[in-house]
Amino acid sequence: MNFFPDETGRMSQFDQSITDALIEQQSSIQAAWLATLEESGAVRGVRADELKKQTADFLKLFSEGVVESGGDYWGANGWAGTREFLEALSHSRALQGLDAQQTATFVFSLKRPLFDLLQRETSVPPASLVTQITLVSELLDMMGLHTVRTFQKARESVIKRQQEELLELSTPVVKLWDGVLALPMIGTLDSQRTQVVMESLLQRIVDTGSDIAIIDITGVPTVDTLVAQHLLKTVTAIRLMGADCIISGVRPQIAQTIVHLGLDLEGIVTKANLADAFALALRRSGLTVTKAS
Amino acid sequence: MERIPILRMGEILLVTVQVEMHDQLALTLQEDLAERISATAARGVLIDISALEIVDSFIGRMIANISSLSRIMDAQTVLVGMQPAVAITLVELGLNLPGVATALNVDRGMKLLLDSAQRQ
Repeated sequence: MNFFPDETGRMSQFDQSITDALIEQQSSIQAAWLATLEESGAVRGVRADELKKQTADFLKLFSEGVVESGGDYWGANGWAGTREFLEALSHSRALQGLDAQQTATFVFSLKRPLFDLLQRETSVPPASLVTQITLVSELLDMMGLHTVRTFQKARESVIKRQQEELLELSTPVVKLWDGVLALPMIGTLDSQRTQVVMESLLQRIVDTGSDIAIIDITGVPTVDTLVAQHLLKTVTAIRLMGADCIISGVRPQIAQTIVHLGLDLEGIVTKANLADAFALALRRSGLTVTKAS
Repeated sequence: MERIPILRMGEILLVTVQVEMHDQLALTLQEDLAERISATAARGVLIDISALEIVDSFIGRMIANISSLSRIMDAQTVLVGMQPAVAITLVELGLNLPGVATALNVDRGMKLLLDSAQRQ
């Protein structure tokens, strides 16, 4: 037999007797695997019947993969089913809240039952046995790594989605009065956030037909040239739509920074606090606030 | 040839863009509007672009041109009903349309025109 002939593909093969044993002794391997899994504590929180199905499915796919690819390199076509299965598995594990180690252990804990199986196969000559063990070990390592990689991807997508949700949540547009909208901005303004803020505010202006929008920047820690530019863009877009914009919440430090930076906020109505801005908005709408008695 | 209709309501001309504006259409509108303002001696022009969903730099510039053109011809111009996406695009393109009056919808645009006509 020719083992590891070159770097492009590893042509080592599983011994026929091993392949047979793998298929014949599936249930005993599964039992041993389940015991190892239980011991490692990596499957806490996964239902027993679900786990049983998963291990059975995986073993079936594994032996199919061994037969179809002849134990060929992990990237071969014969492993496509196994890959898909592992991807689905790590995805569900990620959603269940298990960590990467627990997910990878699912695959790695299969090593011992398989090694035991190899040892039991006395028909295999000892020299070949070492190669077979290496082969199984490498294959399982690749599977484990694949699982971890998919797991990580799934987690990353969860984080990304949460970030987007947070972005949406952090920019609520509130209605102060009939025809007066307010947008309390909290946190640093970057391009992406400004885009989201601008879009949601403009959309709300159209939906509610509001004449005046107040952007409150009390919660914005710093105002630099970039933030000022974003604000200017938003104000211009609002004006183009036919509504007016007031910026409120300009704190003393921010006012100083703006002056120091020499920023041009020409044409933008600014107020020190939201109350002043609201009072101006009411005045512009032709409303007055008076005491009841 | 396809044309954007210009309707006369007393002293006000009403232009509603109901189709996707392409370059030739915008140029034709510019010429037509100039003709109509001089022919009717209109005091106000209301341009409704609420159906306009896509603008490029040329159309953006044409909107600015048409608006400032009628202003030069002594007709107060109000641009109404700009969609959020259009507004964002124009701002990103650097077309701030300085000096062009805007309103949220035709109703408010009309009120704005009548108010300013009364003041004069």
